[in-house]
Amino acid sequence: MLELRVNGGAFELDAPVGTSLADALRDRLGLTGTKIACNEGHCGACTVQLDGVPILSCITLVHSVGEREVTTIEGLRDHPLVEAFVRADALQCGFCTPGQIVSAAALVETDPEPDRDVIRHAMAGNLCRCGTYPRVEEAITTWRA
Amino acid sequence: MARLIKTEKEVEGRYTEQWVVVEEDVLDQWPAGARRVVGRPATRVDGLQRARGEARYTADVQLPGMLHTAVLRSPHGRARVKRLDVGRAMQAPGVRGVLTPRELAARDAADWPGEPSVGPHASEVLTCEPGYAGAPVAAVGAETFGQALAALSLVRVDWEILEPLLDGDQAVRRGSLLGEPRRYERGDLDRGLAEADLVVEAKYRTQVVLHNALETHQSVCRWEGDTLEVYTSTQWIWGVRREVAEALGIPADRVRVVCEYMGGGFGAKNDAGDHTFIAAELARRTGRPVRCALTRRDENRATGNRNATIQRLVAGARSDGTLTALGGEFVNAVGYDGFSPFTSGPMQLLYGCPNVRTVDYGAQLNTPPNAAFRAPGFVEGTFGLECLLDELAARLDVDPLELRRRNHADHDASDERPFSSKRLMECYRRAETHWARRAEVRARSEAPWRRGVGLASQVWYGGGGPPSYAWVRVGPDGRAAVITAMQDIGTGSRTAMAQIAAEELGLPLDRVDVALGDSARGPYASISAGSSTIPSMGPAVRSAAADAARQIVEIAAQRYDREERVLSLRDGHVVSTDGGSWPLEEIAGLLGDGQILGKGARGPNPAGMRVLTFGVQVAEVAVDVETGEVRVERLAAIHDVGRVINPLGARSQVEGGIIQALGHTLSEQRLLDPLTGDVLTQTLDAYKLPTIADVPEIVVEFVDQPDTHLTNLGAKGLGEPPIVPTAAAIANAIRNATGADVRSLPVSREEMLRALRETRGRAEEPVGASTA
Ligand code: FES
Ligand code: FES
Repeated sequence: MLELRVNGGAFELDAPVGTSLADALRDRLGLTGTKIACNEGHCGACTVQLDGVPILSCITLVHSVGEREVTTIEGLRDHPLVEAFVRADALQCGFCTPGQIVSAAALVETDPEPDRDVIRHAMAGNLCRCGTYPRVEEAITTWRA
Repeated sequence: MARLIKTEKEVEGRYTEQWVVVEEDVLDQWPAGARRVVGRPATRVDGLQRARGEARYTADVQLPGMLHTAVLRSPHGRARVKRLDVGRAMQAPGVRGVLTPRELAARDAADWPGEPSVGPHASEVLTCEPGYAGAPVAAVGAETFGQALAALSLVRVDWEILEPLLDGDQAVRRGSLLGEPRRYERGDLDRGLAEADLVVEAKYRTQVVLHNALETHQSVCRWEGDTLEVYTSTQWIWGVRREVAEALGIPADRVRVVCEYMGGGFGAKNDAGDHTFIAAELARRTGRPVRCALTRRDENRATGNRNATIQRLVAGARSDGTLTALGGEFVNAVGYDGFSPFTSGPMQLLYGCPNVRTVDYGAQLNTPPNAAFRAPGFVEGTFGLECLLDELAARLDVDPLELRRRNHADHDASDERPFSSKRLMECYRRAETHWARRAEVRARSEAPWRRGVGLASQVWYGGGGPPSYAWVRVGPDGRAAVITAMQDIGTGSRTAMAQIAAEELGLPLDRVDVALGDSARGPYASISAGSSTIPSMGPAVRSAAADAARQIVEIAAQRYDREERVLSLRDGHVVSTDGGSWPLEEIAGLLGDGQILGKGARGPNPAGMRVLTFGVQVAEVAVDVETGEVRVERLAAIHDVGRVINPLGARSQVEGGIIQALGHTLSEQRLLDPLTGDVLTQTLDAYKLPTIADVPEIVVEFVDQPDTHLTNLGAKGLGEPPIVPTAAAIANAIRNATGADVRSLPVSREEMLRALRETRGRAEEPVGASTA
């Protein structure tokens, strides 16, 4: 049995060694807001935070998480960034969007008013095939509006 | 009384005749301009669900007892399976079903000990003679995906490896073609060339690019009694329904297809796909729900692509820039299967040139089949044509914008039809502001960076067509629901449908729900491809809403003793010209649990007319002439797509199209292993999609005038137009900046440096050699 701290709660789960954090969240805890688009660390769709730091959950082993607090999109559902993304139309198909918001939430936590270059640097690991990037930039620039 | 008429329907440039029943009175279009809801920016009605991760995509469907599938794919472009040994795989832990090609299943079933329910079972979509690397050969269904993969690694295949055909030109020479070459001529090309003061010729190449929607192709199939439920990531619920029913030999109503949220398609998800048939077959054999989801790597091997092209083009013009001749030979390197796109389309449609001759070849190769990819053919054909036109303009010393105006097509010269509407001249007029930045942009060049501005025009389809249906239900709470089994693939069509219904019913947007994405829960809806969702579905939704509105007015007239003609719907009320006003819920509430039900259908397309979309884009680039690095710094896009329903979503569509085009122009390229034909760029690391850091300033404008001949809305589609002209606009900006003619996509540093070297070589040659 493994104990995992997720979004302020503690969960016990049984997962074979080698299970990724993304699979554990999605398949064991039913937290399917975290998306898997490449499953090998190349796209950012599976981004969650560990103690506030964005990481790729598809290439993180669930057994390596330890005591750290996992924050998923479900834990950020009332974050003002969610509204900001909708307001700025920073989502089309929406498959990359939870990952974008989790990354952006970590960014504004450390830098509440990031400038364009900072946003582009921090968000470059979150791919969006629909091309919402200009809107993502706007959402992060105006998230407190 | 219903009238039966014949109309023309087009999807991505392919026309078919279609009988259509026209029932209701034709609604007049709304006047041009923003209405209360339509034409005003609306945030997505499903935005919160998507942003919060609550939207359930096919990837999130988890059914009790669900099995997972791993698929063995050919590593060879052309090969034969001599022997397939699935014995150990069938006995591996967790394995519940094994599929092999029919020939082998029949032969080998007797060979394997163990549980016959496990297999091997025959599947029609598996092959023992793969014609491309990535073709599915065997499939294993197991309790977990890990177990399925482990079992797959136990499958032994003896291959007879054959030499693959990988080059398009070579395929044409050898006669390896899919279908007959498509030939077209108007006027007389040779005469047109003879009349020209200047003739330019050039050869252009475009590469293979991969769709890479972030949700990979996937389906979950489950039998519920005698009905097969198919949860699938699709652009066409009804197409999957028909394909699956036909494959299984069951009535279409025994197949229920569900796709409420969908993680992108871009043309690659128009068909059911092998994965759906594999999941359906395993579900049938095992009695369990089965997921078949492609990995990212398989996604990039086996789910389609934009095919490469080779274009040999010629243009002749008088010294004032009037085109006298356009000719093109277009080789579409289609792949093992697929379709030969209309790459010559822009050459036939964009300009009023009297003498045009084209031929399209569809080369059959041992490479993965192509699939429609956002304006297939036109993206590639526009790159060649619009670059050639700028080469011509440069040599004639005519302003490129002026050259395009001079050759404006006033009607469709390919078959002498009028356009239902065309405001390309207005797009050109609005482009002037961006075009006027040329001198200032060029002046900002600073070694080693050279700057320049280029433009290109856009033509594409986007008229949609019948049949398409919608229902509208108004309940006693005064809320309305639009019900239709269409899909929203991420383009915002759910929101647009809500806006159209809200407008017609005089309701605020937040009192309209849209129920879509389930073939068991609404009427037939058309494909979301070919920029057709809004022009096909929008008019059906409006007519359903109008039907409901008419009934509401009739009820109110009787209840409040007014004439119908003095009543209308506004702000959630029925209002009378004499000042009377009654909340909708009061009128609908009269019926208790009763509901007001409206139905609507898409009417015919305008007879004898050509419905097209138009636009122009202006690109600003900086080129490092030492390293060949190209940076796009600004893109302005002006498009004419008739009425714009949602300016907010429309801007996003244009930005998204342009960003995909940026990848196509500068960074994306599928690479193949030249020995096996297998895809080398299978991961999102190897295959270079644009990131947020690559995005330039993008300016978006719409002409936003209804097409008065097209449906009760006057709205055309917008999904594809924005991706069409970008590559050519960028290439033309590169020419303006450096004088170099890039002729091959992507414009890698290698290609950029080659073009720069060629220009330097030309500067040293005697001039005038190529003037006709
Ligand atoms: S799914 Fe984890 S990085 Fe792509
Ligand atoms: S919104 Fe579709 S991938 Fe980002």
